[in-house]
Amino acid sequence: MQQFIQNLAEKNQYQATHLLEILREIQSRYHYIPADAIELLAPLLKIQRTQIISVVEFYSFFTDSPRGQYELLISDSITDHMLGKQPLMAYIADKLQVSIGGVRGDGLVSLDNTSCSGMCDQGPAGLVNGHALTRLDPPRIDAIAELINQQIPLADWPAEFFQVDDNIYKPGLLLSQGIVHGQALKMAMARGLKATLQEIDQSGLRGRGGAGFKTAMKWQFCSEEAETERYVVCNADEGEPGTFKDRVLLNSYAHQVFEGMTLCAAIIGAKQGFLYLRGEYLHLVDKLQSVLDERRQFGLLGNNILDRLNFDIEIRLGAGAYICGEESALIESLEGKAGIPRNRPPYPVSQGYLGKPTVVNNVETFYAAAAIAVNGGDWFASVGTVKSKGTKILSICGDCSKPGIYEYPFGTSIQTVLNDCGASDVLGVQIGGPSGTFISNQEFDRKLAFEDLATGGSFIVFNNSRNILDIAHNFTHFFAHESCGFCTPCRVGTSLLKKQLDKIVEGHGSAGDVVALEELCQLVKTHSHCGLGQTAANPVLTTLERYPELYQSQLKLISYEPGFDLDAALETARRMANRDDAGAHLAQTDVE
Amino acid sequence: MIMTKTITIDGNTIPFEDGQTIMEAATAAGVYIPHLCHNPEYTPHGSCKLCTIRVNGRVCSACTFPAAEGQDVLNNTKDLNDDRQKITQMLFVEGNHFCPSCEKTGNCQLQAVAYYLNMFDDHFPLFYPNRNMDASHPDVLIDHNRCIFCTLCVRASQQKDGKDVFAISGRGINKHLIVNAQSGLLKDTDLEASDQSAHICPTGAILIKRTGYTVPIGERIYDHKQIDEVALAESGSRPDSALPPSMAVAKEIDHG
Repeated sequence: MQQFIQNLAEKNQYQATHLLEILREIQSRYHYIPADAIELLAPLLKIQRTQIISVVEFYSFFTDSPRGQYELLISDSITDHMLGKQPLMAYIADKLQVSIGGVRGDGLVSLDNTSCSGMCDQGPAGLVNGHALTRLDPPRIDAIAELINQQIPLADWPAEFFQVDDNIYKPGLLLSQGIVHGQALKMAMARGLKATLQEIDQSGLRGRGGAGFKTAMKWQFCSEEAETERYVVCNADEGEPGTFKDRVLLNSYAHQVFEGMTLCAAIIGAKQGFLYLRGEYLHLVDKLQSVLDERRQFGLLGNNILDRLNFDIEIRLGAGAYICGEESALIESLEGKAGIPRNRPPYPVSQGYLGKPTVVNNVETFYAAAAIAVNGGDWFASVGTVKSKGTKILSICGDCSKPGIYEYPFGTSIQTVLNDCGASDVLGVQIGGPSGTFISNQEFDRKLAFEDLATGGSFIVFNNSRNILDIAHNFTHFFAHESCGFCTPCRVGTSLLKKQLDKIVEGHGSAGDVVALEELCQLVKTHSHCGLGQTAANPVLTTLERYPELYQSQLKLISYEPGFDLDAALETARRMANRDDAGAHLAQTDVE
Repeated sequence: MIMTKTITIDGNTIPFEDGQTIMEAATAAGVYIPHLCHNPEYTPHGSCKLCTIRVNGRVCSACTFPAAEGQDVLNNTKDLNDDRQKITQMLFVEGNHFCPSCEKTGNCQLQAVAYYLNMFDDHFPLFYPNRNMDASHPDVLIDHNRCIFCTLCVRASQQKDGKDVFAISGRGINKHLIVNAQSGLLKDTDLEASDQSAHICPTGAILIKRTGYTVPIGERIYDHKQIDEVALAESGSRPDSALPPSMAVAKEIDHG
């Protein structure tokens, strides 16, 4: 092990910022992070062992005890559930003779849940040793079980098990006309960088991650900082359940995304860029590296780009943490730390990566910026609404006949989208993922726009066979699992929300419980440190607002009921006392 | 004439200097803003969220948010104090805090802030987490049941003691305090009982052994003073003493 760790550290130039990369390789080799590896690594990277431990314990893809040689994770997104994930999981556990969350006795295979893996248009999905598996069904599970039992290396598994399709159904302004490699940069240089920034300003482009900050303004602020060491970061930590448009952009349009980053670098004066790619998209890495190599060969990346610019891009992988989609958490992660959102101010544009001015933008933002540099600001601003210019690329999934990628001008009605994707008998749509809004079928005339329904791209359709409470339940559990735990309202609040909603869903709620739930929601929303906590209550709040009777109907007609099953709690005592008579049982309430 | 920059807190005009946070400006002006993870001697952390205030309507943490000309701050309002009480209740239910049997009772800031905010019950269901104790060190005890993840011990160890004894690890509700030793035990770290980090804990999570009852219950800091009075007195002109902060304050109050 010593030699392996030594080589690994050397390969990463002994940089602590590469800690996640290093730990990914250790996990991949040993299927956990051995304590000895931490002891060897800490002095090589000149960091404390506690920093390594805190990173290992933070990211879902690192474990401190051995997992199977085949680490099987199944995506737990609501869309996977809708495609039959729950019975499938039981089938897998049975077929492979491994418990959910456990490792099989022979150490060959382990099984667990993972947050949405970004394959909602081709689920149920999963990961095996980090590699995406799509379209899982019993026959495919049978085949996978066989491959695992025979210890066939992943490289020899059938390629179709790992096949990830783009599923682009409706290209719009951006997707229907790509740019020639280098064209955006050449035009920007010819026009002048200042004038190009003006074009981006003119285009009205706002951040596509969902928050919608004006892109030109962000770039301008960063370029005005006194510190001249600056960075460009592309946020490809596409973790919002139901979103997969960045996966497609990076799979098929990576040149244009990298060109957008390079354009940003020219404008703000950065020499180094990072693509922070969610760990779930490991399957894209080789392809992206070859695109970067191609760009270096074309003179569009590296030293002396178009005789004007030095800039290069490094790909960094995450390791299973939704919170790293938050820009300051992402920066912490890039620095080799747990993804805990920073206090703001200072904002990343003035103090970002390594404390230096940093622009962090979404994949789609860079993709659009490159097109704007070619076609001009007016071209982009000619579509959309007054406050939301241009188009939005949606990842549509759930109950529709054509789940995939759709691009629409802002201002498009939800009904139009539903018609296009083949949705019928619709109960409602989750717009913007769990952190967004649930809208009912009374609101389909509402529009996609920052001023109405903002979305980072997630669009999940539910038909009338679905249960609202199941949806809220799945999302609420997701947030409790993904809370970083930094601040009290989110750390404790998301777990309390989970407990309180479970109590109601499981039928133990009584008169005051919906009121208590709503009060808790407001507390978590108002006081949490970052966007995760501030939106964690949205699944409950937006459904409670629309379907209060549904929540009320779950309640019992008594004034108070304990949040747990009294009789079940006595089970251990009964076993110990070897009793099972009537006197050893308790009714849940006096009423019953 | 030098123009003094000011903000208002609950309608009162308060001066501030550039670079000060709202917490610092408030404290200097004798205005108490409830807090637990904040300690004026260390880099602010902003995690407990007890110092939540409204700045021109927007919710902010007073300990990290910079004061700026023209800010209209709400602090001591019923709405904010009600929410602060609930945040304190969250801290109580998340761990195992049994004040009557805790040797920190009366000197505990968590308990004192709960009294200040009129907290009379837990409100939320208790988590009853299964947490361990680390009694391995000859002079210092960690009771993880009482840790609120304020990171004051982490910061004190780094910023005052020049060591790196403590860290917070884990994610979400599984967050926990760890110590810097291969064995994971406090006895194998370079912590000494005289370190600031061994004395900074606002709750009873880090305790000096054999000193728990040198000051009898009933004669402890918060048995006589509300936490706002103590915090403001402490911020006054307390010398950088090697004594535990709680003792230093107690002394000042005794002689003051």
